Amino acid sequence: MSTTAGHAAGGSNYLTAEHGLKSWLLTKDHKRIAVLYLISVSFFFMLGGLFASLVRAELLTPAGDLLSADSYNRAFTMHGVIMVFFFLIPAIPAVLGNFLVPVMIGAKDLAFPRINLLSWYVYNLAGLLGVWVLLQGGVDTGWTFYTPYSSVYSNTAVIPAAMAGFVAGFSSILTALNFVVTIHRMRAPGLTWFRLPLFIWSHYATSLIILLGTPVLAITLLALVLERGFGLGIFDPAMGGDPVLFQHLFWFYSHPAVYIMILPAMGIQSELVAAFARKRVFGYPVVAFASLAIAILGFLVWGHHMFTSSQSVYASTVFSVLTMLVAVPSAVKVFNWTATLHEGSISYETPMLYALGFIGLFTIGGLTGVMLGTMGIDLHVHDTYFVVAHFHYVMVGGTILGYLGGLHYWWPKMFGRMYNQFWSRIAAIVVFIGFNLTFLPQFVVGYLGMPRRYWSYPAEFQIWNVLSTAGATVLGLGLALPLVYLLMSLKNGALAGNNPWGAKGLEWETTSPPPTFNFDTPPVVTEEAYAYADSHLVEAGHSDKKGKKELHGV
Amino acid sequence: MSDHSSSTLAHHFDSHEQQREASTVGMWAFLVTEIMFFGGLFLAYVLYRSRYPQTFADASNHLNVIWGGVNTVVLIASSLTMALAVRAAQLANRKTIVLMLILTLVLGCVFLGIKAVEYKEKFDHHLVPGKNFQYDGANGQKAQIFFSLYFAMTGLHAVHMVIGAGLLIWMIVLAHKGVFTAEYHNHIENVGLYWHFVDIVWIFLFPLLYLLGFHVGH
Amino acid sequence: MVESFPMFPPQASTVASEVDALYWTWIAISAVSSLLIALAVAFFLVRYRRTPEHQTGHPERAAGMLEVIWSVIPLVICLGMFVWGTKVFFDLARPPANAVEYWATGKQWMWKFQHPNGRREINELHVPTGQPIKLTMISEDTIHSMFVPAFRVKSDVLPGRYTTVWFEPTKPGKYHMFCAEYCGTEHSLMGGSIYVMEPAEYAAWLAGEVPGQPRATGQELFTSLACVTCHDAGDQQRGPSLTGVFGSEVKLATGSTVLADESYLRESILTPAAKLVEGYDPLMPTYQGQVTEEQLMSLVDYIKSLGGQKAASAAPAASSGGPVAASTGG
Repeated sequence: MSTTAGHAAGGSNYLTAEHGLKSWLLTKDHKRIAVLYLISVSFFFMLGGLFASLVRAELLTPAGDLLSADSYNRAFTMHGVIMVFFFLIPAIPAVLGNFLVPVMIGAKDLAFPRINLLSWYVYNLAGLLGVWVLLQGGVDTGWTFYTPYSSVYSNTAVIPAAMAGFVAGFSSILTALNFVVTIHRMRAPGLTWFRLPLFIWSHYATSLIILLGTPVLAITLLALVLERGFGLGIFDPAMGGDPVLFQHLFWFYSHPAVYIMILPAMGIQSELVAAFARKRVFGYPVVAFASLAIAILGFLVWGHHMFTSSQSVYASTVFSVLTMLVAVPSAVKVFNWTATLHEGSISYETPMLYALGFIGLFTIGGLTGVMLGTMGIDLHVHDTYFVVAHFHYVMVGGTILGYLGGLHYWWPKMFGRMYNQFWSRIAAIVVFIGFNLTFLPQFVVGYLGMPRRYWSYPAEFQIWNVLSTAGATVLGLGLALPLVYLLMSLKNGALAGNNPWGAKGLEWETTSPPPTFNFDTPPVVTEEAYAYADSHLVEAGHSDKKGKKELHGV
Repeated sequence: MSDHSSSTLAHHFDSHEQQREASTVGMWAFLVTEIMFFGGLFLAYVLYRSRYPQTFADASNHLNVIWGGVNTVVLIASSLTMALAVRAAQLANRKTIVLMLILTLVLGCVFLGIKAVEYKEKFDHHLVPGKNFQYDGANGQKAQIFFSLYFAMTGLHAVHMVIGAGLLIWMIVLAHKGVFTAEYHNHIENVGLYWHFVDIVWIFLFPLLYLLGFHVGH
Repeated sequence: MVESFPMFPPQASTVASEVDALYWTWIAISAVSSLLIALAVAFFLVRYRRTPEHQTGHPERAAGMLEVIWSVIPLVICLGMFVWGTKVFFDLARPPANAVEYWATGKQWMWKFQHPNGRREINELHVPTGQPIKLTMISEDTIHSMFVPAFRVKSDVLPGRYTTVWFEPTKPGKYHMFCAEYCGTEHSLMGGSIYVMEPAEYAAWLAGEVPGQPRATGQELFTSLACVTCHDAGDQQRGPSLTGVFGSEVKLATGSTVLADESYLRESILTPAAKLVEGYDPLMPTYQGQVTEEQLMSLVDYIKSLGGQKAASAAPAASSGGPVAASTGG
């Protein structure tokens, strides 16, 4: 797609409104805070990726040769802690959500701009704690911090690591508070709940999970710190405590946390499919309610992480059947996205390539998820590479592909420039191939019996590990490419214009980049979300709405 | 926009009403997270109490019901003065706001003082879990869980009280400056909500921790 | 080719083929549904690609019935697989009544086993074919997990509480045994081999070395720790008789009852006052720190040998009371 030169040069935008480092560090503009988050989150993504490459390099051979056992344990723990708490959870809400939630609902800012800035500082404080953990030699408990290993037996920096997770949790709570209040109270005139873009619905559902789940993780980590640091005994078997209680509390948060990571990506997915098929998302209300259903059911299935933990068999049965139920809204979403393509007008720009990849990978991630929820299989594959492969399909195939798709979709809006279309398409394809090559073999080696968190392994597992490491190399390359061409676009990219994709939505009505208060004149909404057909097809049966035609500036 | 007193209306809100609603919804959402936060410890309490009921009842008798009771009265009184402060803010009665806030602060400090005395007692009697724990009842090992929960729950509650005291001081300064008007007193209402929440947590803690063993007798 | 790209662990237990069948069914369902979605997407991508004449998608069509259909179909499939999976799970979780009890202790980073006749092994376990075997396990430190891929079984091994896993080996051979729950530095080395042998071969192997008899050891401990002075089956004893206690419902001082399973016996040795039997004073001293987990196992095993009503099925596997199934004590 060629880019149209916008008239943005005339007025000042949020990037040029003020100058100097101080204007950034003290900004209350949600868009600038989103950019700050983009920088922080990218840093931690690369750090987490570094640890991933150490892990994959060690697993190239069966013997533990590259790293010592202790170093390996620290490497996979740091990979998990950084990726989960510092990348996957904040990435989409804190970067894209922060930028887009107010713009998409026609507000001037989030409800609490100061709290929004505070959340970025809290995130970085948590990040500093994380870096401090690294300087202390890392932590080796796994990102799950299971007691009593973490409370009694580990000799590593568990307390600062748990505190890092604790503090990071507060930054997501602050962001979620802002979203809930903003979505409830600050929508533009005419923007009713069922005219909201699905991106907003999914962020709303995500925020509810964050508000209800994160505090439980916070208190759990705090109890762990009190136990390890001050000798209080809440999980300690020596005092009659129950280490399995920790697992219940941990997963009560950490299973919904999976939905904190995937729901925003599903929201992006809906936007992308609609925009590049130029068609209203099929079954809009169903997709919206599916997000809420996932958020609610997501709180009732934590015990499926604990089928082997000595949990009562009857409790396990209940958790298993609820897991089957939560699969349904996810499946329905996939079907609706597919159906949206039907009779669309489909183009294959980079964001769409990510969206198509998402459908494929998330389908596999979801199907292997219900396999794990089937107890007879879980007993065999629990804590093996099968689980590792499954959650990477959801977390990388889902969340990261969604994030990258969204970043490529809204990049021209955020920075007013278009990136290289050729290289960005190549990158999307390389990521897809590399990803599958990395994680498909892990399903096989997992069923074969290779437990996770293994530093050395029997020789017959090697071939699959070699394939996986080779795939990880390709994947790493594919993920490094956007860093280059996106940064280059900031300087050399063609001006994007207000609406380079010919997409619908309030964010495409304002200039690129938007002005500080998002809109020169406050928008009034008079139509449904994704009303693509209206202005072109008279037989659509909808009356032609005024004032929306200039959107198709292609 | 239509409002004349634009100094108290943030730029991104359209009206004072929208601003007030936003801050109220935000505060309630925050209190929900607080409930979940304390909820984790309450769950642990329920689990262990159902597992070791006798031990919990015995250990409960090592707490000082008199001090706990006095503190309950003190906190309820502070909630009353807090509510009166909010009422005064609605009526834009500056002097009463300041007076009631100061009373609330004093009562909060009394609570914390009594709590400190109780903690010292526990230290003196070696009832702090860990190496120096000494307990004359049966099942000392498991009694440590009770005292662990006692310190974790009341400690967390006390931290909330300290934060509340800080907020009160901030509100006293603002009220003294005359910031609050009949249409703009979101801050004081939110601090009030927070204070009542902390109070309610204690209303649950007191019977669960102090009165639990009462029927066992001493 | 197949050997250099192994895809399935050997099927060496009675349940292995059942688990594999379940797995294959899911794989088939997944493959078909993924393929259908992929084909639909591919077809739409080509058929509805953007052309100069075709710049905007068709307006939405009514979704109603379609949404119901594609909600119900996955739901029915998932629930069907749930029923089957749960049946397999109960088969895996509940040892049959004729299972022979072996004991295992996990500690950083080794497994210690004890055969019914007292023979001990470390990181190796020899078992006969054709005989259901129940491993009763406990950890001396952090959480471990017993995992034998060839048997398709796994169970976490906890400190402070017995858990069990059972299997009936079918095929002689040497199989991997792993620790599946991360337990520290040498987690990946905490494993070993299970040797499955024909019964005759196993008997010969057992006879090869004279072991310490656990019943005898348990009995010796019972005497040397002076348990016998209070729990002797006389009339004026200070402690309750232990004959036949295993597997029975014990009435507690608090009025409630508790099932006397392995974990209850162990708890009563370590913290006697926790669940005091009705009619007795809390006189018994704690044995915490005075007996090792292995000695405890011997003691528990001895007490079980004193006659039990429903000895073999007393402790349903994996239900000895996590927080969800908080034990009824007190």
